[in-house]
Amino acid sequence: MKLNQPVLTRFFYGFILLAGLFWIWRSAVPQSATTGGEIPAPQAGFLAPDFTLNTLEGKTVTLSDLRGRVVLLNIWASWCPPCRAEMPAMQRVWEEYQEQGVMVLAVNSTVQDTPADAQNFVNENNLTFPIPLDISGEVTRLYRVSSLPTSFFIGADGIIREVVIGGPMAEALLYSRIEQLLKETR
Amino acid sequence: MLPILQIGPLALQTPGLMYLLGLWFGLSLAEKFAPRRGISPDALYNLVFTGLIAGIVGARLGYVLLNAGAFLASPLSLISLNPGLLDPFSGFAAALMAALIYGARKKLGFWNALDALTPFFAVFMIGAALANIASGAAFGLETSLPWGIELWGAKRHPTQFYELGGAIVILLWLGRLSKGPELPSGRLFLVFLALTAGARLFFEAFRGDSALILGGIRVAQVIAWLALAGALWGLARQK
Repeated sequence: MKLNQPVLTRFFYGFILLAGLFWIWRSAVPQSATTGGEIPAPQAGFLAPDFTLNTLEGKTVTLSDLRGRVVLLNIWASWCPPCRAEMPAMQRVWEEYQEQGVMVLAVNSTVQDTPADAQNFVNENNLTFPIPLDISGEVTRLYRVSSLPTSFFIGADGIIREVVIGGPMAEALLYSRIEQLLKETR
Repeated sequence: MLPILQIGPLALQTPGLMYLLGLWFGLSLAEKFAPRRGISPDALYNLVFTGLIAGIVGARLGYVLLNAGAFLASPLSLISLNPGLLDPFSGFAAALMAALIYGARKKLGFWNALDALTPFFAVFMIGAALANIASGAAFGLETSLPWGIELWGAKRHPTQFYELGGAIVILLWLGRLSKGPELPSGRLFLVFLALTAGARLFFEAFRGDSALILGGIRVAQVIAWLALAGALWGLARQK
């Protein structure tokens, strides 16, 4: 019997599907292989690059010391309207969640701001979370911040879960993301 | 990898821009070809926008329902422009339902409408690949191959460019196909679906950010295989 066109086509489709199954099996990887894991990079799935900075109050903050806590890392400047707009919401989140171990770090990109302006803004808005000063611009560069504000949601394991470029972030975004990160920790 | 395009004081978010361009060019191309399927450009435009608006509203409502507590604390967030406050699955379901209802009311014909939308889908896939190039998302596994790119602290497969290449080839393929003899209803869409699912099934293997299930199997590949099987089954039935 001579094979007609439709039968050949069906064989071809069947072959493609079998090849597909083989490819799925071939491209399986170990569970840990598909995230950035321990490589530091400012991208979701990677380890948050470490830094040590002095805060407005003169204390020292090192990001890696906060391992085990959920961290909201926000990079801002006092002259940037969306940065200013989202700060009150961050303050409310800080008041509500600091007892559960959440850390809010609002790194002032001081390389493009002044400590005095940052201090004035903090006073006006009664912000009580730490404000590390990035005087040399090292952290702004390390986190490849090209637009202010930029925020990083970091899990208790030190891995970045989400990068939010631009703002202002809605209060519900802060609440829902932090709740989710806390749930992972529990 | 250029997430922000700075034009004077204006900071454009390139990934979002790429999606918008994909939407715009895709819609223009689809409008041009819609009359061949007996669908007026206006009807096609309305179909897409009904779907889009329903999709956005549905995605926000879905997110609100899933995170009700967060919105009770700040009701104003309901109308926030943050794209992070959207639930993709709810959005997709709402868009699909709205488009089905609109299509049925205007008697567009299910397969006809899908065929007419295919150029839109195909161009949009190119926009999505460009968005990933801009943001550096959907990145690849580490590789020592000469065409690996330096990204996120390692030399990686340029998966975003594989994706882009695949999407361009698929668009050209569909263009050739639609120039030939008249196709049975649904053929163009099924070919698009088969090629796109096949490309995803193949290229996903080089991704460094795949979600995995038991045994290290990549979820996206399983979904792509099912879509491919469905599309091929549809194509085989058409003969």
